[in-house]
Amino acid sequence: MQTAAVFLPIIAALPFLGALLPGLMIQAGRNTCAAFTASATILALTLLLLCVPSVMRGEVLTYHIEWLPSLGLNVNFMLDGLGLLFAGMILGIGLLIILYARFYLSREDPMGQFYTYLLLFQGAMVGIVLSDNILLLLVFWELTSLSSFLLIGYWKHLPEGRQGARMALTVTGMGGLAMIAGMLILGNIAGSYDLSVILTQKDAIQASPLYLPALILILLGCFTKSAQFPFHFWLPHAMAAPTPVSAYLHSATMVKAGLFLMARMWPVLAGTPEWFWIVATTGLITMVMAAKIALFKDDLKALLAFSTVSHLGLITMLLGLGTKAAAVVAVFHIINHATFKAALFMTAGIVDHEAHTRDIKRLGGLRHLMPITFTIATIAALSMAGIPPLNGFLSKEMMLEEVAHTQWFGPAWLMGAVATLGALFSVAYSFRYIAHVFLGPKRSDYPAEPHDPGFGMWAAPAFLTVLVVLIGVMPMTFAGDLVRVAAQAVTGAEPYVKIYHWHGLVPAFWMSVIAVAGGALLLAGHAPLTGMWNATPRPEAKRMFDAVTRAATRWATMLTDGVHDGSLMRNAAVFAVVVPVLGWMAWSAGGMAPPSRAPLPVALIPAVGWVLLAVATVLLVVYHRARFTALVLLGIAGLMVSLAFVYFSAPDLALTQISVEVVTIILLLLALNFLPRETPAESSAGRRLRDGVIALGGGAAVAGLSYAIMVRDFAFDSISAFHLANAYKGGGGTNVVNVILVDFRGFDTFGEIIVLGIAALVIFALTDTVLRGEGGRRLSRLDPDTNPEGQAGDRHPLMMVVATRVMMPIALMVGAYIFLRGHNEPGGGFIAGLIVAIAFVMQYMASGYAWAEARQRVTYHATIGLGVLIAAVTGGGAWLAGRPFLTSDYGYLHFPPIEEFEWATAIAFDIGVFLTVVGAVMLALQSLSSMARRAGGTVNIHPMDVDPARENDQAGGGV
Amino acid sequence: MEALMASAIGLLTAAGIYLVLRLRTFPVIVGLSLLTYAVNLFLFITGRLAVDMPPILRKGVESYTDPLPQALVLTAIVISFGMTAVAVMLALGAYLSAGDDDVCLPPDDSGAEGGA
Repeated sequence: MQTAAVFLPIIAALPFLGALLPGLMIQAGRNTCAAFTASATILALTLLLLCVPSVMRGEVLTYHIEWLPSLGLNVNFMLDGLGLLFAGMILGIGLLIILYARFYLSREDPMGQFYTYLLLFQGAMVGIVLSDNILLLLVFWELTSLSSFLLIGYWKHLPEGRQGARMALTVTGMGGLAMIAGMLILGNIAGSYDLSVILTQKDAIQASPLYLPALILILLGCFTKSAQFPFHFWLPHAMAAPTPVSAYLHSATMVKAGLFLMARMWPVLAGTPEWFWIVATTGLITMVMAAKIALFKDDLKALLAFSTVSHLGLITMLLGLGTKAAAVVAVFHIINHATFKAALFMTAGIVDHEAHTRDIKRLGGLRHLMPITFTIATIAALSMAGIPPLNGFLSKEMMLEEVAHTQWFGPAWLMGAVATLGALFSVAYSFRYIAHVFLGPKRSDYPAEPHDPGFGMWAAPAFLTVLVVLIGVMPMTFAGDLVRVAAQAVTGAEPYVKIYHWHGLVPAFWMSVIAVAGGALLLAGHAPLTGMWNATPRPEAKRMFDAVTRAATRWATMLTDGVHDGSLMRNAAVFAVVVPVLGWMAWSAGGMAPPSRAPLPVALIPAVGWVLLAVATVLLVVYHRARFTALVLLGIAGLMVSLAFVYFSAPDLALTQISVEVVTIILLLLALNFLPRETPAESSAGRRLRDGVIALGGGAAVAGLSYAIMVRDFAFDSISAFHLANAYKGGGGTNVVNVILVDFRGFDTFGEIIVLGIAALVIFALTDTVLRGEGGRRLSRLDPDTNPEGQAGDRHPLMMVVATRVMMPIALMVGAYIFLRGHNEPGGGFIAGLIVAIAFVMQYMASGYAWAEARQRVTYHATIGLGVLIAAVTGGGAWLAGRPFLTSDYGYLHFPPIEEFEWATAIAFDIGVFLTVVGAVMLALQSLSSMARRAGGTVNIHPMDVDPARENDQAGGGV
Repeated sequence: MEALMASAIGLLTAAGIYLVLRLRTFPVIVGLSLLTYAVNLFLFITGRLAVDMPPILRKGVESYTDPLPQALVLTAIVISFGMTAVAVMLALGAYLSAGDDDVCLPPDDSGAEGGA
């Protein structure tokens, strides 16, 4: 039965959905907020429990949702014993943490934020352990890095918090990048990104030459996440986070993600010498080294942090051994460590919360003041030390047993001895946690009077401690089945799980005895040892990390500043050099066919046009400082471009180009009203030479490319033949370019008129902003009437006014004609819009902005909006006929005696285009003219300066 | 003819790049306009050169030039007008707000808040 499988995506989604609640619910108070946060977790946990029976029967629940199948990325979830163990831990301990945090966080801490981060993190973790697709797993993996960054840096006001968060993100993030590479290699070898497939490909993967690189890359991800040597340094710094975060992330979840992945990949990656040497050695080193450091840490949380690193090392080592029995122990210790370490972190938080310090040197004698906390902490710490009958003892004993049988470097007993040393340190720091904090005489100088906290705060650690005892006393009852199914998932075979206390006088027993006795001795001599420890120089991880990041930042800044320092010229120059060079490299890689088109013969008229264009362009460069001259020359170049379009069979383009040309030049002329008329000569000769070389290089590259394209035929059949064949049949028009615009690629055009409208609105908004600010004040100080030399005598000459008035209806008529014929002959909405806009602009030019504006009844914003709306409605109309957006329809009407008239829905779309173009052009020009009015030019009330009619009227007594 | 066209595009590009690298806003805008011509022509010629073959369907006419690049360039021309207009307004706004039409911020100003 797979019915429970449908819960899997819901379980993964619940924490994410729940993350929305705390922010809303915090308004209703802290208790409500915590309750709603917990509800998401409780619901997820309940659903998970519903899956338990099937998993316990040995089934693997799977649920598939296709996401991007072409990339092999699917939302596939899977739940087996290992996933169940971890998901249960994440949700269960998460629930306890939510309870604990409710009482731990103070009034000043934004609780809603905390719970949101916590649930995001929880969701990411659950996602990791439920993923069946390794690409999906990677997504969740990165999400844990990001959300843990938020959690560790939760106390934003503390620099340690921010630095710790940054360090954790940097280290785990880099590991995550390595892992992405490793996973991609793995997926390539296996031929699938689904874990259920990969896990069956052991032989293919281990035989592949890419096995070792994939292994190292994946392990980099695991080791950084699980704080293994030499990447362990981030974890103690992450202790700047609030204690609930430390208890959650660093006991049960985030740091266990690395272990989870090693366990998950164990069936395909483990069992090779490479795996053994890398994983077991790293684990062993981490275990011993971190345990030793933990002994000398005076900060309670630092002690626990290093102890966590040490225990993670222990589990890593067990997984590294590669035997099934060791994997069973690893799974068992994952459970045990989560219970006692989360409890210990919480007690450390309680001590900190109540005594206002977690410095061991300032503590001691708390057993009478905080009896409940003392009890909880003692049981958990004894379990960590491996004292019978607690659960920590069981897994440590089994670990020592496994190690005693393992041959590592040198003599057969070496690994056992080193592991015993690690256990010895572990006993010592565990005893220290009890002895130096709770035992000893009561002191009088606590920063605050310590006492036991309320039930809400000690309930969570107490619950975990009960688990510690229960699993310890009756391991097979309380953990046996879970260990069995989880170990079965790890090893892929039915494991032999038999957990008991007395193994007889085996080596492990003596190793345990040595560890406990030695640990006690070590603690007795703690004071002199600390002196020695402090006297020995140690590498300071944070300083090294800071130096590395500083160097990396410096290099990155040098590179980006070198290429792009905010200067447009430098950026453009780099671009203009790099692109041709890349093009040249691609070109010289070869593969070009020889020219396949015969060039057209040179005719006289285009040759003349070419000469005009070349002369105008060269003169433009030479005389660009005289800005009016430059505009005239620019106009010539634009005209020649339009003529090129005409000559080479593109009448539509020519019409568009020539009308845009007119509008652009008018716009630039208007702008020149306010800008300086000359460009000063500033750049040195060397600079001009350099720019010239860059420009000629770029020009030569483009010319070469163009020529190479023009003398060759299409490499593949172009889709144009389809457009030519279907323009009339499907679109009902003979002007193929117009049909493409309003029909075949109407959606493009729709987007483009929106862009044009936005551009016009940007111009409007920009003008408005400038006029309100310093720019407006500067403008009003500008006096256009006296400023430039050589003002024209008439501002609004009679001749021009009369001519434009006469031309207005004609121009509008031309616009209408061009618009209507557009579907079949050169023309259409774009061109008609430009022509009509020019007709209006002429009035502005002749009679002044104020005069024309006063007679302008339609707002251009509305014109743009109406245009886009009409286009959208026309497009949407196709839906009514059950066709896709913008499918056009057409037919013929016949009104005698006029010739047959064709209608097409595309014409409505074209009206939208037309209106948008008119509105956009006019809004841009109007914005400029509003600047002119602000500049205080004389506002004319009359259409022209000299008006014979007016003079007659005045003579006769006024209007 | 292809060589004429190619050299014209190259010339427009070169002049455009040179002007874009100047220090004042106005030549940069003129340079952008020239680059616009060049790019539009370049896109246009990807349909290859054809004389007297406009893509207007006629009875009895079999060969037409490629209409697709033309449709793309037509909208590109209009959009590039919009872009030029925005660039002009940016330049104008910068000039009016800052009092000069330098493309670059003064060296001591680059770290602080930029001009409008």
